[in-house]
Amino acid sequence: MNNNKIRPKHLNLFKIRMPVTAVVSIAHRASGALLVILIPAIVYLLQHSLHSAQTYDEVVQLMTQPWMKVLLIIGTWAISHHFFAGIRYLLIDIDIGVLKSSARRSAWVVHLLALVSALWMAGTLL
Amino acid sequence: MSKLLLSTGLRAWVIQRFSAVYMLVFVVYLAVSFALRESTGFESWSAWMANPINNVAVGLFFFALLLHAWVGCRDIIMDYVKPFPLRLIKLVIVAVMLLAMGLWVLLVLLQAANY
Repeated sequence: MNNNKIRPKHLNLFKIRMPVTAVVSIAHRASGALLVILIPAIVYLLQHSLHSAQTYDEVVQLMTQPWMKVLLIIGTWAISHHFFAGIRYLLIDIDIGVLKSSARRSAWVVHLLALVSALWMAGTLL
Repeated sequence: MSKLLLSTGLRAWVIQRFSAVYMLVFVVYLAVSFALRESTGFESWSAWMANPINNVAVGLFFFALLLHAWVGCRDIIMDYVKPFPLRLIKLVIVAVMLLAMGLWVLLVLLQAANY
């Protein structure tokens, strides 16, 4: 056995075929980062929706803008993915769904529920 | 035990779980509360937010959210930003932004409570 042989390293993320559980992990991070960036906008909308009846109507009007609808659909995907993946991690913490087969199954369920939520929002808005 | 509480890794882990569970319960409460509401529009929305229970629950939600965001951002920055000065600068920027958000929410909720 030649242990000095240089082993191939595949750290190029586009060459690695990632398991579904890894995709959930990365999406959990990405959706979390996106949601943090959205916090100021959410606080701003909360403030305006509560300031007066007029500013409340302005917020309602804003929700009908095309760019806002796109943002709401992406935001719904992010929040629901983060929500369902978070529940999955909490369950794994208490030893539910730790086995490889069930962890893979629950990862697919998270992706599916996030997609369904985003499509539901799209259906509501469009 | 005190040694356990002082280790920042475990503390971050515990904060992340507790804030997550609170937000989970809050979201369910919010969904039920809105499903059962009798009217829509500004009047009913501002009345809902002026209710002390809801007002405090929303305040605690944002407190949990900002703690949760802090732990998450800290994890991301510690994973990807290696040079110490840069890491410190980014952590300070995030901390200041989240603290500012907390103060802003406090202001909004105090105004909403008095409406």
